[in-house]
Amino acid sequence: MLQAIWALSIKEFLALLRDKRSRAVLIGPPLLQLLVFGYAATFNLNHISVAIYNEDQGEASRQFISQIEGSPNFNIIQYVSKNSDIAPIINNKEALMLIHFGPNFSTNLQKNITAPLQVILDGRNSNTTMISLNYIRSILFTFNQKWASEHGSKSLPSTLQPRTWYNENKQSSWFIIPGIIGLITLIVTLTITALSVAREREEGTFDQLLVTPLTPLQILIGKALPGIIIGLVEATVIIIFAAYWFDIPLRGNIGALYLGLLLFLLSAVGIGLMISTISTTQQQAILGTFIFMVPAVLLSGYATPIENMPEIIQWLTYLDPLRYLLIITRGVFLEGDSYTLLFPQYWPMLIIGITTLATTGWLFQKRVV
Amino acid sequence: MTSPLQLKSVSKSFASKERPILAVDNVSFTLTPGKVTGLIGPDASGKTTLMRVMTNLLIADSGHIQVLGLDMATQGHAIQSSLGYMPQSFGLYEDLTVQENLDLYANLQSVPLEERPKRYKILLEMTGLQAFTQRLSGQLSGGMKQKLGLACILIRPPSLLLLDEPTVGVDPVSRRELWQIIYRQVADEGMTVLVSTTYLDEAERCYEVLLMHEGKILGQHKPADFNKTLTGRTFRLEAKGILYRQLLTQLEYRSDILDASLGEDNIHLISAADTPFDQAALLSDLRLLKHVTDLRITPAPAQFEDVFIATLKAQTTTLSPPKKIKTVINKTSPEDVIKVVKLERRFGDFVAVKGISFSVRRGEIFGLLGANGAGKSTTFRMLCGLLPASSGSLSVAGHDLRTASATARRNIGYMAQKFSLYTNLSVSQNLRFFAKAYGLSKSRQAERIQWALTTFELTDYQNSNAGELPLGFKQRLSFAAALMHEPDILFLDEPTSGIDPLARQEFWQRTNALAETGITVMVTTHFMQEANYCDRLMIMAEGQVLAAGTPNEIRQLATTDNQAMPSIEDAFIHLIEEHTPPQDITS
Repeated sequence: MLQAIWALSIKEFLALLRDKRSRAVLIGPPLLQLLVFGYAATFNLNHISVAIYNEDQGEASRQFISQIEGSPNFNIIQYVSKNSDIAPIINNKEALMLIHFGPNFSTNLQKNITAPLQVILDGRNSNTTMISLNYIRSILFTFNQKWASEHGSKSLPSTLQPRTWYNENKQSSWFIIPGIIGLITLIVTLTITALSVAREREEGTFDQLLVTPLTPLQILIGKALPGIIIGLVEATVIIIFAAYWFDIPLRGNIGALYLGLLLFLLSAVGIGLMISTISTTQQQAILGTFIFMVPAVLLSGYATPIENMPEIIQWLTYLDPLRYLLIITRGVFLEGDSYTLLFPQYWPMLIIGITTLATTGWLFQKRVV
Repeated sequence: MTSPLQLKSVSKSFASKERPILAVDNVSFTLTPGKVTGLIGPDASGKTTLMRVMTNLLIADSGHIQVLGLDMATQGHAIQSSLGYMPQSFGLYEDLTVQENLDLYANLQSVPLEERPKRYKILLEMTGLQAFTQRLSGQLSGGMKQKLGLACILIRPPSLLLLDEPTVGVDPVSRRELWQIIYRQVADEGMTVLVSTTYLDEAERCYEVLLMHEGKILGQHKPADFNKTLTGRTFRLEAKGILYRQLLTQLEYRSDILDASLGEDNIHLISAADTPFDQAALLSDLRLLKHVTDLRITPAPAQFEDVFIATLKAQTTTLSPPKKIKTVINKTSPEDVIKVVKLERRFGDFVAVKGISFSVRRGEIFGLLGANGAGKSTTFRMLCGLLPASSGSLSVAGHDLRTASATARRNIGYMAQKFSLYTNLSVSQNLRFFAKAYGLSKSRQAERIQWALTTFELTDYQNSNAGELPLGFKQRLSFAAALMHEPDILFLDEPTSGIDPLARQEFWQRTNALAETGITVMVTTHFMQEANYCDRLMIMAEGQVLAAGTPNEIRQLATTDNQAMPSIEDAFIHLIEEHTPPQDITS
């Protein structure tokens, strides 16, 4: 009966690949998503627009401004000359922040008196505000040190020397792109499998399939295989892009990564087929996919840390296969993890996969829906 | 009165990967105003393309079209809004109720609000849909949907109405009602109607008929004038002691017979145009058969279908007679291959099949007839194991297919009502898939695929996508796929719905030959004439069996003093009307 299962899988492949449009869907959007997410989705801030209001004509403020100018993170867009100009700049989102040097900034520093520096920030996007403020802080920190050493004042009692592990340059793409592997693979396999039974039901071919000697289990396997194979191919393409195009270090064991992918695909295919079995039309299947996809991505820790979620929501994340895969991809890419360290991530996906596939098989058997 | 529709040398071709297709080839005709004209022709003869060209949905490559005094080339949009057109699958909104659909189309055609109640009343009365105004149109039967579609078109009565196969898949009772509506519009509103159809009895009732084949119009005549072309060439053959369908297989390859088909309790013959019909030789050949007595050949009036078949068989040189279908069968199964006892199926409160019992013998062609929604398909689906029975028992070749092991399903072949093969797989990929799904060995697969391609003449199409085949070829492919594994029992759910008379005849020749090899065939159909091919048949209505027996026994049920020779269709309508008092639709 292996022959019949394989025949079914081949049929699924042909049905997908012979159609120009569905072929394009398999190749185009995932690559596009990879590039868009890879470049656009970043937590780093570049070209923060800054306005300067400098009432001080001394050396200190000029030095400080030149440091801002030299940083790729900032972009000075305007120099303001009077107080009343400040509000419109922030209100109209011309600049994200305004740095105000008071009239005695340099004089005070020369006299070793603390000189306040006013920073006005647009707080409408709190996250961005916090990050840009931090950048300013680090510039200020360097400035202080430099000033102190150059002007012979007492050196600061102690200085921080932060060193970030795994992602030494704090590149957010290192965090985001390994996550994309899971995200795009999930979208593709879920869509393919969710449509597979629903399409047959909509076109009436499912009955023709059910009257053949194929058992529900065989139909299930025949439909699951193409999803897993296509998912593995898509993931491989993205992994190659991540390593060679985006230069993300691949530090861990490839085998451990693929074991994780395989288990992940098993659970994704199980969920996709379950959605497909309870849908009667392709439209319902697509809708079902989205109802699952959106929370699955939000709960996976792809963008926001799971540790910050309320406890009840945190329990929910254990049902999300993407959660486990993200730990695996980030672990293998950045930390160099191997099988033993990742074991706690493997088995939950296996359980999700087996449960969903068994449910689908049971629904098939009942043939009620 | 000038004609509302004139075509002069209109052509339309489509680019295709293999070769350009000339769908409409230099067509010229003028429609008679205030009459119903039928447009008939085999599948893929260009009827639908022609309809679409006349409604400005497709632009003709060349030629001149004038509709209601407007020129298509310059006033196409005005034409579109002034004529009424009902395509094959009319755009009813299935999630709207009957009333909401009517309102929608009244709005689309900007019918003044004050005129609506009166118009609605007339249309609902005519269509018999008064009681269903609040029902979702998706939940109407096929016949009711078509009537609603027609009502939507007629909200603002157009002076020219084009209907593209409005009666496909509609049961005989609804079919008669649809035609009554059309004729009433013609009488009341002086409407001109052009209707394409595959039902030749419908064409026969038209004022004039256009016969179309391979994009060309072969003739425009009154049906009676068409019939005159066959004067002296049509005969009736009667015999006793043999099944007519068995006798039919003896007539297929005689050079002096152009066509032989089953009539009501006789065989209908058309003699060849160029070879003289040697009646004596035929009779003496047939007398050699066992048990045959009372052989008789008498001249018969030509029927409209004869004209169609004679014209097209003369035109089509490529159509060779179907090859003999050889199949091996397992002789050990019991004699009653299908047994059904008190079978019932409920959907919630609704009882679709109400405790029916029947049995089918080996090698029999068993017909299941009934109006839309009579429970035929539900019964079929239960027999094939696609739907569980609510109560009662059923066995097919000794198994209940729902609970039996998968291997039991190897005994049956199933052909669904709707084309249900993979549309974006090629013909040979479809065949290969089913051969593998039924677990045929490698060498057997190749053999069977080759067999299917040659027997069903699909070789030219083997690399075409199944979804792009003409309807008749799709039906051949489905039939071939159902036979890949040489089943003992064949389930055919409305196999001939929507295909043209030639293809239908070909289909019955094949089925007949299959039954001769001992295969049991269970078939549902809307074409009452086809019931004559069945050894036994069963008529269903509202989930119950109204009558069962041989075609002759069924006919006798309707024999009355004023109708001595009823057809199966007469008997069917008689039985249905006895069961449910008819709605007053002509009031």
